[in-house]
Amino acid sequence: MGRVVMVTGVSRYLGGRFTQLLQADPDISRVIGVDVVPPKADLGDAEFVRADIRNPVIGKVIAQAEVDTVVHMAVLATPLDAGGRAMMKEINVIGTMQLLAACQKAPSVRKLVVKSSTAVYGSSPQDPALFTEDLEPNAMARSGYAKDSVEVEGYVRGFARRRPDVAVTTLRFANFVGPKVTTPLTSYFSLPVVPTVLGFDPRMQFVHERDGLEVLWRVTLGDHGGTFNIAGDGVVTLSQAIRRAGRPSIPLPQPAAPWIGQALRRLGIADFSSEQLRFLSYGRVVDTTRMKDVLGFTPRYSTREAFDDFVARQGLHGPLSADVVGAVEERVVDVLGSVTSRSGGTRTVISDA
Amino acid sequence: MPDARVIPIGGDDRPRRASAADAVAAGASRASGERARRRAGSPLLGGTPAAGEAAAPARPARRRTAKKAAPPPATPPPEPVETVLDEPETGAPPADSPVLPEWERKVAATLAFVRRRLTGDVEVDEFGFDPELTDHVLLALLRPLYEHYFRVEVRGIENVPTEGGALVVANHSGTVPMDSLMTQIALLDHHPAHRHLRMLGADLVFQTPVISELARKSGTTLACNADAERLLDKGELVGVWPEGFKGIGKPFSERYKLQRFGRGGFVSAALKAGVPIVPCSIIGAEEIYPILGNVKTLARLLGLPYVPVTPTFPWLGPLGAIPLPSKWIIEFGEPVPTDGYGPGSADDPMLVFNLTDQVRETIQHTLYRLLMARRSIFF
Repeated sequence: MGRVVMVTGVSRYLGGRFTQLLQADPDISRVIGVDVVPPKADLGDAEFVRADIRNPVIGKVIAQAEVDTVVHMAVLATPLDAGGRAMMKEINVIGTMQLLAACQKAPSVRKLVVKSSTAVYGSSPQDPALFTEDLEPNAMARSGYAKDSVEVEGYVRGFARRRPDVAVTTLRFANFVGPKVTTPLTSYFSLPVVPTVLGFDPRMQFVHERDGLEVLWRVTLGDHGGTFNIAGDGVVTLSQAIRRAGRPSIPLPQPAAPWIGQALRRLGIADFSSEQLRFLSYGRVVDTTRMKDVLGFTPRYSTREAFDDFVARQGLHGPLSADVVGAVEERVVDVLGSVTSRSGGTRTVISDA
Repeated sequence: MPDARVIPIGGDDRPRRASAADAVAAGASRASGERARRRAGSPLLGGTPAAGEAAAPARPARRRTAKKAAPPPATPPPEPVETVLDEPETGAPPADSPVLPEWERKVAATLAFVRRRLTGDVEVDEFGFDPELTDHVLLALLRPLYEHYFRVEVRGIENVPTEGGALVVANHSGTVPMDSLMTQIALLDHHPAHRHLRMLGADLVFQTPVISELARKSGTTLACNADAERLLDKGELVGVWPEGFKGIGKPFSERYKLQRFGRGGFVSAALKAGVPIVPCSIIGAEEIYPILGNVKTLARLLGLPYVPVTPTFPWLGPLGAIPLPSKWIIEFGEPVPTDGYGPGSADDPMLVFNLTDQVRETIQHTLYRLLMARRSIFF
C-alpha cells in the first residue's frame, strides 16, 4: 500500500497542477484534494472532497483515508480570491487551525508540508539585504497576506512541537511567476501602464511555477524537516523587470500611492494592499543557501529567466520591447554610419595627404 | 563616459568577464563591428582608395557578407552579429579600426549602453549593486568634482588589499556624505585593482526616495552586521563611516574631532570575517559646507537628523548647495589585522572596544598630522 497524500487548495492553479504531479508518482496510491469550490482543472484519478477546511469534516476525511502526508496550499494571497478580507483571514488562519487540529488527532499523519511565503519577512528599509530562514518573522507584517502567513507559520510551529513525530516542512516561496499562475504581482505586471513608487527601485526575486512545483514534490516525498526559502537565483529590480517586459510605467509619489492603490483595488483591477506597496518600495530578497545545501535543490529558472518566461508565455511584451529598442538602435547606428562614412572617408584622405 | 574604459574593438575575443568595462567594450565592438561590416559593403567607402587600402586585409568571409549586402539601402543582413565577431580570423584588430573616429566609437558604445538600460539587460547583485550604472553614470557625474573641484590627493592606496575582503573605516564630515562618494571614486580609479567600495549606509538613506534607489545601485547597503559580514565573506571591499550622523552633522567648531565610533559593530564584523581593517583619514571634507547652526525644531518636524545652517545655506537658496572648493587628501593607513584572535573573538567586548579605539586613534592622529602639513584649506 502506497502513500496517501492530502492536498488542500486544489481548486487553484498550483494546487491542481501539484495534484496531477503527485498522481504520476508510483509510490503514491491515493491523492485526496480538498477545497471549498470544485476544481476547474482536471484532477485525473485524484479524489476530490468538497469540504471547508474550517469545519471538522476534514478530520473525518483524514482518519478514514489514513492520510500520511498533508500538503497545505490553501493560504490565499489576496482578498479578491476569497471575496473580502474577512473571508480571506477566515480561510487562511481559522482554516489552518482546523486542519492542524485534525492532523494532530490523526496518528496516521507522518508528514506536513506548508506552502508559505517570503512575505512573512515583510519589506522595510531597516532590514538586512537578504533574509535568512532563522530571522524572526518581521513585526512589520501587520496586515493582509503577510500577517496571515506569519500566523499560519506560528500555528505550524505549535503543531510541530506537539507532534514531534511528524516531519514538518515549511517552504517560503518568493513571488511565483510562470506561464499560467496568477498572483497579485502577475496581475500588476499585466497592467497596461505599470505604476511604480517614485524614487524607489526595489529588488525582487521570482520563482518559476515549474520550479515551485518541483520543490514541493521533492519535499513531499523526501523527509527534510525545517523551513526553507525558495527563490530563483539572482535578483531583478522592478525597473529592470518592467523594461524587460517592455511596458510603460508611471512613477507615483509615495504619499499618493496608497490612494491610487485603493482606487485600483476598488475597481478590482489589481490588488494594492499596503504591504504590496511596501514591497514595491523596499523590495525583498531572501538567502537560498539552505535550499541548495540542505534540500539539494537548484531551480532551473533564475529569477530573470523565470520573469522572461512569464512575460513571453503570457504575451505581455509591451510597446517598448527589446526588439523595438534594438531596431531603433540599429536605425541610429545606420544613420550615423552613413554620415560618418563620408566624413570618415575624407578624414582618411586628408591624413594620407 | 570615461574614455579609459572603452577598450580597442578587436581585442575582445571572449571569454569575457561580466564586468561593466567589458560589457561596454563588448557593446562598442558589437555596434562598431556591425557598422564596420556595413561600411565594408558601402560602395562609397570601397571606392575611396585610402579606405580601400585600410580595409584591404579584409577576410574572405567578410567579403562575402559585404557582397551580399552590397546594395546601398544598407539594411543589415539578418545574420546574427556574433558571427562577425566570432570569425576565427587573424588575431589583429579589424583593419578598418584606424578609420573609425574615436567619437564614433564612443557614440556606438553609448548607444549600446542606452539599449541595455532600456531593455533591462543589466545585471545587479543581490544587494542591488549595478556596476555598469555606477561606473559609467553615477561616478562619472561626480568625477569632475573629484578631479577638478576638490582635487583629491590619494595617499597610501597600497595599504588597501588588491583582493579579498577588507574593511575601510573612515572619518565622516561635510554635511552631505560627499566624502564617501569621493573615497569610492579614489578606490575605483586609483587602486591598481580598481576596486568597488561597497558602503554601509544608515536606514534613513533607504527610507528616502531617489536617494535609496541611487544608494542601492551604487553598491551601498544597510549598515547592519548581517550585510557587512555577507559582503566581507564574499571578498568585497567594504567602507564604513562609523561616526554616522554625529560625524557628518557636527558643527564647524568641532571639525576634525572624531565622534564616538558607534558600538564597534564594524570591528566585530571584521573579526568574524577575519579581514583587515584599513583606517582611512579624509581631510578637506569638513570645509565644503561648514555647519554654523542646526535648526533642531525643523529637523524634528521633518524627521531628519539635522537641518544645517552654513554660510551660504539657506541664505543663498539653491546656490547654497554649492560646496566650497576645499583641497582634499584621502590617506589610507596601515591595515589592522583581525585574523589572529581565534574563534569567538567577535563576541569579546573588551577586544572589540580595544580594536575600535586603536582604529579611531590611528585616524585621529593621521588627521592631525595631515592638518599640520596642510598649507591652506583651498590649496
